[in-house]
Amino acid sequence: MHDMHVPAVHHHAPPQGFIRKHVFSLDHKVIGEQYYGLALLAVLIGMVLSWIMRLHLGWPTLSIPGLQLLSKNGAPGGIPTPEYYLQLMTMHGTFMVFFVLTTAPFAGFGNYFLPIQVGAEDMPFPHFNMMSFWVTFVAFVVALAAFFVPDGPPLSGWTGYAPLSALGAVAGPGQGLGQVLWAASLAIFCVGQLLGSLNFISTTLDMRCKGMSMMRLPLTVWAWFITSAMGLTAFAVLMPACILLILDHVAGTSFFVASNLVVNDQLQPHSGGSTLLWQHLFWFFGHPEVYVAIVPGMGVVSHVLITNMRRPMLSHRVLIYSMAALAFLSYMVYGHHMFVSGMNPFSSIVFSFPTLAITIPSTIIVLIWIGSLYGAKLRINSASLFALGFISLFVSGGVSGFFLAQPSLDILLHATYFVVGHFHFTMAIAAIFGIFAGTYFWFSKVTGRMMNETLGKIHFWFTFVGAYSIFMPFHYLGIAGNVRRYQAFVDDYLQPLLGVHKFITVAALVTGAAQLIFLYNLIYSRFRGPKAPQNPWEATSLEWTIPSPPPFDNFGGKLPVVYHDPYQYGIEASSGDYVMQDSPEQVQTVHDEK
Amino acid sequence: MSQSDAAFDLHAPAVHARSSPFGIPTKKLAMWLFIIADAATFAGCLVAYGFLRNGTPNWPTPFKTPTVVNAGVMTFVLITSSLTILLGVRDAKLARKSQSLRWINITAVLGIIFAILHIREWFGMISEGVTLAHNPWGSALFGSAFFSITGLHLTHVAGGVVALLAVGWRYRGGRYNSDDIEILGLYWHFVDLVWMFVVPFVYLMNVAH
Repeated sequence: MHDMHVPAVHHHAPPQGFIRKHVFSLDHKVIGEQYYGLALLAVLIGMVLSWIMRLHLGWPTLSIPGLQLLSKNGAPGGIPTPEYYLQLMTMHGTFMVFFVLTTAPFAGFGNYFLPIQVGAEDMPFPHFNMMSFWVTFVAFVVALAAFFVPDGPPLSGWTGYAPLSALGAVAGPGQGLGQVLWAASLAIFCVGQLLGSLNFISTTLDMRCKGMSMMRLPLTVWAWFITSAMGLTAFAVLMPACILLILDHVAGTSFFVASNLVVNDQLQPHSGGSTLLWQHLFWFFGHPEVYVAIVPGMGVVSHVLITNMRRPMLSHRVLIYSMAALAFLSYMVYGHHMFVSGMNPFSSIVFSFPTLAITIPSTIIVLIWIGSLYGAKLRINSASLFALGFISLFVSGGVSGFFLAQPSLDILLHATYFVVGHFHFTMAIAAIFGIFAGTYFWFSKVTGRMMNETLGKIHFWFTFVGAYSIFMPFHYLGIAGNVRRYQAFVDDYLQPLLGVHKFITVAALVTGAAQLIFLYNLIYSRFRGPKAPQNPWEATSLEWTIPSPPPFDNFGGKLPVVYHDPYQYGIEASSGDYVMQDSPEQVQTVHDEK
Repeated sequence: MSQSDAAFDLHAPAVHARSSPFGIPTKKLAMWLFIIADAATFAGCLVAYGFLRNGTPNWPTPFKTPTVVNAGVMTFVLITSSLTILLGVRDAKLARKSQSLRWINITAVLGIIFAILHIREWFGMISEGVTLAHNPWGSALFGSAFFSITGLHLTHVAGGVVALLAVGWRYRGGRYNSDDIEILGLYWHFVDLVWMFVVPFVYLMNVAH
């Protein structure tokens, strides 16, 4: 069956020794696992930070044990000051957006599975690939270091808005060295993304095995490919923005600070710059970044659902074109983050139009998912449950997007919890559900062992109900006028909302604790889980044609030959109701090969 | 069906393992991708410059004839270096290694001359009191924009000179072939092209009238 294999070209030999095998590895699979591990570490830190914030919001006078050890000035007696609350919030956003939502679904899964799914033995530039991880790791360490400098991390939020972010220590605790470290971390992170994106695109275009046409690529590969196209250009704009921000700190320039600014009763020496410029540069990166976080999840969810529905999506092509349209439009909508920034209102209308237009491809994608699910005999397992959860959360978050796309409504809602609820549903929790779906689906391929399905389902229900319990009330709070970034609501008209905050805090603690089930499942199954068969989900794509875990060069010194579309399910073949992509068997297909 | 037709037929299975749909070797593709990203970086900087310049009523226009002449000479040197790397690539493709190496070295020398002229200009301006944060003519942003944009470009030229020497060295030793010279040439032309944007925006728009 595999007699048509052609010999593979090895551009690097199997590594010897621990360092080359596990630390400075050139193997895309090890690098993928490293990215995933980094994301796991970052998500734990980010979650603990959110717990501290939630506890403080629910019970403003509660002393959080141990917090004073983290920062004596920021949390005297374990109660965070308003500034320290913002510092925690900044680092929560920074860790989650950059080191979790970008690294795990894109760099983590993408590194591991993209080369295998296109039928390659590795990426074309393994040294760049190794560098991309270690550069990202350095960025992580630099960001983390902000906690350990005097005054701690910056308080300007993950968006680092100027002039707050550009003024230096006079603007508040953490705005000196902490902010410089933050900007440096992001600039370094951009280099890692550039190297990763270079590899992803060239692997997809140049390393496909024989018979693997572009339209035969699984939807996951398309999602990573489209994401890397965004990663290539979006991060390239963030990097100079961060460098200019650092210059404002260390070289006395005024790119992002206007003249005659008085801060804390001191006239600032800066003159002539523009605070809006930072927002333009940041959001030109920032909006594509939202899709960098979510599009890989769309690919994973499609891949998982198709496997468990036992039939392809209603339209393979339209799904791909819609993801590409999302990427294309994502560069034109960034101004909708700036409706309340003081930008010319005419610009708001101009940006509102593509923002409404981008809901069209999003809706098409969702309709394809739902239409394909309609009448399908879905196999219920942890992976497919999380995929369904992804769709649910994406729709719930997307609906509020219609409101926010209108400048007139956004002016009311922008500075409230409504927006916080919106982006946590769409880019944050939905993307996390994509990571979970991918983890439950591919765990057996990576480790050779199965995860516990019962624990997985318990984990799903806690997380799904928990996510809604946390973020749905955010919308209510926002409409009730609850402002963002305030650390306590004790003495004003928001007092009646305190009960909602308490409920959210309890939900966040329970949902967070439920993640321990996942962590236990992950670690226990890694060492003690039952041995996994090669293809437990009866899937068709190339990663399931090789042993679990895959050998060093993926296909054992050969390259596969592909004969079929990626998702030939619901047919009669010798292997069952599906035919593997590399099987030369001629089958009667119910669906046209696309 | 010609190769370019096949390139756009995504339907067709790839005929040969490892044939790129666009007929581009992987290394060259990676250089094009890097150029796209780098172009976004420069575009971001130039747009930021335009944004600030438009928003500044007293934007200084201090450059006089000597600066323009110097920029003209630098432009001439850089465009000439694009021609010499082109000749180097041609000779490499024709397997005329020593001629190719000579052109590569001439290109590197032209890059160094460009950098020297540029740094001399920088020092001249610094002695007149222009720094990143101050200048004697008006908005402080003038110096910030001038030094950061030309500095970014100068960094690319310096990196390019190092790359020319390193790639030339490996080409001499046989580890690199004519394709690598061509890929290096892509980068060098890109640096040249960026300068074609820097000259009108940063120099000619700031000439005294």
